[in-house]
Amino acid sequence: MDYGSACPVDARVIETMQPFMETAGNPSSIISWGLAAKKALEDAREKVAALIGVDNPREVVFTGGATESNNIAILSGAGSLKDKGNHIIVSAIEHVSILNPCKELMKHGFEVSIIPVNDQGVVDIEGIEKAITDKTVLISVMYANGEIGTIQSIRKIGELAVQNKKMFHVDATAACGKIPVDVTADHIDILTVSSNDMAGPQGAGALYIKRGIKLDPVMFGGGQERGVRSGTENIAGIAGMGKAAEISMNDMKENAIYTSGLRDKLLDGLASKVSDCYITGSRTDRLPNHASVRFSYIEGESITLNLDMMGVAAASGSACTSHTLKASHVLIALGLKHEEAHGSVVLTLSRSNTEEDVDYIIDVLPGIVERLRMMSPLTP
Amino acid sequence: MEIGLDMEMFQYTDKVMEHFKDPHNVGQIENPDGVGKVGNPVCGDLMEIQIRVKDDRLEDVKFRTFGCGAAVATSSMVTDMAIGKTLDEAMKITRADVADELGGLPPVKMHCSNLAADALHAAIEDYRSKKKKG
Repeated sequence: MDYGSACPVDARVIETMQPFMETAGNPSSIISWGLAAKKALEDAREKVAALIGVDNPREVVFTGGATESNNIAILSGAGSLKDKGNHIIVSAIEHVSILNPCKELMKHGFEVSIIPVNDQGVVDIEGIEKAITDKTVLISVMYANGEIGTIQSIRKIGELAVQNKKMFHVDATAACGKIPVDVTADHIDILTVSSNDMAGPQGAGALYIKRGIKLDPVMFGGGQERGVRSGTENIAGIAGMGKAAEISMNDMKENAIYTSGLRDKLLDGLASKVSDCYITGSRTDRLPNHASVRFSYIEGESITLNLDMMGVAAASGSACTSHTLKASHVLIALGLKHEEAHGSVVLTLSRSNTEEDVDYIIDVLPGIVERLRMMSPLTP
Repeated sequence: MEIGLDMEMFQYTDKVMEHFKDPHNVGQIENPDGVGKVGNPVCGDLMEIQIRVKDDRLEDVKFRTFGCGAAVATSSMVTDMAIGKTLDEAMKITRADVADELGGLPPVKMHCSNLAADALHAAIEDYRSKKKKG
């Protein structure tokens, strides 16, 4: 049950990509291969645009992935307004591909306000309002968080940005394809879309850039993708992303109903069968396919290794599963202690999961937790 | 076929997984002669080793660990290595010895999760300092 950013690529997506893996035409060329590539590129652009409520597909540019989209949004979004101000507002639970570019800009004279979240992972909107100054050039808040599943009130933050005439970027990596995203209704200026979070291939991403906004390039070259992202487009990846956007848009409602049923069964089942098991993130404002919990006194890698031995794929926010060896900054932002954050498990569901899968986890996980707790010196 | 990437960089050896799945000497000793506790829950690893000493030899060694697969496996392995040894011999068991016995550890785990030898030494030092005080 690891259908977050690591979800398997849909077979229909692979079929769409196939011709372009065999014959990689250059969409900037006018020979027939190039024209086929160009058509695939523009088809994909229309599909991604439709997914996020954009009428004019030209407002969508393709990138090499969500990390790249986020980097462009921060570095160019704020960087291109440096004559107007040097202040950025972000939430404490943003992805590192937002926080680290912010750190980079701080070396060049920018100031960054990091707005806290409550224990459910909901961003303090009043805190954003108070942080806005004349120097603020960009507000960036994620639509939903991939580690704790919490969905933000993006529309309210968008209204705040409009009132204060500030540029508003939203990282919709975890949200797109799972819940409706409408950039117009939500007053979003720049939006990050991921491919591999919606059963598309890795190595493709997109950025919605509202008409009238001019972003300086981060990568310089041939001027592809409206000059924002130079380099020959990854046609196979982009075509796959387009197909994934189309499928997830068509199936969104049904998927949400189906997976949220399994999600609630899983969360209720675990809470009733395991003591000191807590949901991380919001119970109500939560991605439909997202179940994240933590177990006191034990560590997440040990839990996911045990689950793996039982045939269940899961993720964890524990230090031991990361490159940095630190507990997840998202879980710490919820107010959890480090040892509590280390005990997190993230289970993300898809249409291919069944009631039996959920029953199986509810059946085996309590035993795993009990065994690890018997082994732990923190268990009271 | 030659694989360009060294998977040992990321993966646990079979020996590590064996000890992780079925760790030896888990638990506590009633009225232990020495207790060693190392690590820090902030980093995600905390180990406790308890020892029973008879005639300057480790008659029994038990552990409890909060941590990842490597933390559990090294704890289990060090208890196996230590039981029956004299205190001086046990003090000579190094972190590297424990990792070697396990067929190696992913480099990222070498410093953070490989604390079991330290916990054993701490338990022996605890025993010795108690004995001194009488």
